[in-house]
This record gives sequence, C-alpha cells and structure tokens, in this order.
Amino acid sequence: MSKFRKKSGKGLQKINTSSLPDIVFMLLFFFMVATTMRETEVQVRVKVPEATEVKKLEKKSLVTYIYIGRPVAHVAKMYGTEPLIQLNDKLVSEEGIPYEAIQDFVLFEREKLPESDKNRMVISLRVDQDISMGKVDDVKQSLRRARALIINYSAKKEYRDQGRQR
Amino acid sequence: MASRETPEVNGGSLADIAFLLLIFFLVTTTMDTDTGITRLLPPEPDPEQEDVEVKVNKRNVLVVLLNRSDLLMVGGEVMDRLALKDKTIEFFTNPQNDQNLPEMEEKEVQFPPGSSSLLSSEGVWTGRISRGVISLQNDRSTTYGRYLQVQNELVAAVNLLRNDFCNLYFDKDYDDLNTNNPIEEEIQLGIRKIYKMNISESDPKSIGGRN
Repeated sequence: MSKFRKKSGKGLQKINTSSLPDIVFMLLFFFMVATTMRETEVQVRVKVPEATEVKKLEKKSLVTYIYIGRPVAHVAKMYGTEPLIQLNDKLVSEEGIPYEAIQDFVLFEREKLPESDKNRMVISLRVDQDISMGKVDDVKQSLRRARALIINYSAKKEYRDQGRQR
Repeated sequence: MASRETPEVNGGSLADIAFLLLIFFLVTTTMDTDTGITRLLPPEPDPEQEDVEVKVNKRNVLVVLLNRSDLLMVGGEVMDRLALKDKTIEFFTNPQNDQNLPEMEEKEVQFPPGSSSLLSSEGVWTGRISRGVISLQNDRSTTYGRYLQVQNELVAAVNLLRNDFCNLYFDKDYDDLNTNNPIEEEIQLGIRKIYKMNISESDPKSIGGRN
C-alpha cells in the first residue's frame, strides 16, 4: 500500500482512456450490424426435431421459410387449434390443400432473388415435431408443383454419446 | 490551447453509455445459425407423360415403411429406429454378395490424379457400386418428428459410408472437404458417385384416414 502511495505521489501519469469509447463503439456497431431482428413474427408453435446429421444452412439470402405448427394462444382464438401453415408472416387459413397459396408464395419469393440464384432457392421447412405428415406432404407436393425442389428440414443438432459404431 | 478556466467536457461517461448499449446488443443478438437436413424433392412429373411401370429388381429396393402409429418396418420386418442405420449400411455395401441384397456393379470412378496413394497414378478407382434404392413411405398420420428421425438415420448411413471412404483414401473427413478447392470438389463428387443418396419417397397415401 505504501509503495503504491509513494508512486502516485510522484505524479504518475494516468492511463489515457479517451480511446476506450471508440473501441467500445466499434464493438457496438459490429453487434448492431450482426444482429438480425426477426422481421417475421412466428404465429405457430414450432419445436423442431433433433437430428444428428444436420448441416448449417449457408447463404441466408437464398432461404425462404415455411412454418407448420399449432397456433400460439392469441392466434388460436381466431383460427382454432388445428395445425396451420405460415408463409413468412401470413397464415394460410383456407381449408384443404393450399397448393395455390404456396405456389404464389414461392413465385413471389423467387422473384426477389437475383437471376443467377433463382434455381438455387432453398425452402426451409420449420415444422413442429408433433405435426402429422399429412400437412407436410401437402406442402411438399405444392413445392414440387412450384418447382422449388431444394428443401431443408429444419432440425437441431443432436449429440449422441454412443459415438460411431457400425 | 485551452485556457485553464474552460475545462474539457468530461468524456468518461461516454464509455459507460457505450458499454450499456454494447451489453444490450450482446444479450439480444441471436446468431441463429439455421441447421437442418437438406434434401432434394423429385420434380413434378409431366402430366402428358404416362405412368410407366419401372421394373426394378426386388432385391434392389429396401422398403422403409412408417405407419400411423409411428412404427417402423424395414424390408418386411418391424425394426427399431437405431437399427436402421446398420441395416442401411449393409444394404448399400452388400459385403457378402448376398443374393437378397442389391446387385453391385463393377465401375470406375475418376479421382484427381495423384490425390491418393491407394489409387493408381491416374486416379482411377475401380470397385463395386450398389444399385440399391431405398423407398421411404409414410402415412399421413405419421408424426413429423418420427419421419425426420428415420430420414436422419438413412442420411447418417450414407454419410458414414462416404466418410469412411474419404478417410481411407484421402485421410480426411468427408465434411472437411473444401468445395472451393477444385481438387477436393472433384473428390467429393467422386465419392458421391460411389455412395449415392438413393432415397426415393413415394407419393403420400392415406391408409388411416385424414390426419
């Protein structure tokens, strides 16, 4: 303690912290840019299944999302509790197989892509694990009609501890 | 030079404010990397095109059925999900040349010359390639989670075969092949020719009523 006092008594220069705000601002801007606030509010409950063979989706701009799940509480008041399909931010409420709605949606989204990427469009299916396949099959058939053939079954990475075995 | 009477604006709190904002964004940022299993759907058949019964040898098809109670049947027997991977690997490799497992064709696959010490200097691989196809069928009432688990096992089997091959010949994990590198991309394409992702999904049918 006494040593410290002696030194400070001699008028040691303070560390210059004037560049600290700059550094922090730089970090701040990085995070502000990197943050993607979700522009679509997901109105259906989706708990994606787990799988071991998942890969990361590269090139976010190519990805279009289709959600399938049971509606969340406040939406359920209007639409009931049956599973619904959500295309970006609108829910498909029509009865039967929504071929038309999905085709229009895919065409609309495809138009947004640059010419070179039009046939590399990826549809990410974010489907709740308890939904029956009937709904998913309908969507898949609609996607085939709309010629959106690259699909991605969204899933979380599952780690199995048993390791590799044959 | 500022005179002694006009003190500088105190910038010390600027850092605090910036820190506060920084921490806010740090907490709210979700670098959500989307993950999933990518598959290719078959194109819509031409309406004018007539249905042609494609004759496929029975031994070349492994039928994977998922019924509405999420039970799995593989090649005529009820099976646990975790056994499916081994079954698939056996189906695609046919190690004993079993008459009931798929035919194997003797084929050549071109790899980049000199890429592996186990290949000839021209990089030609000769070996058996399976003709097997997996036919995955599900009911409308199968749950999606179950379906994806089965898909996952099938994909896992093929990935394991590819990875083993890649390790053996190129001393590298299949996933670590860099597709931006032309040589490694050629390796990847070659391996894909040897172990194809032959999973066919038949058109959905309703066995147990709608939903």
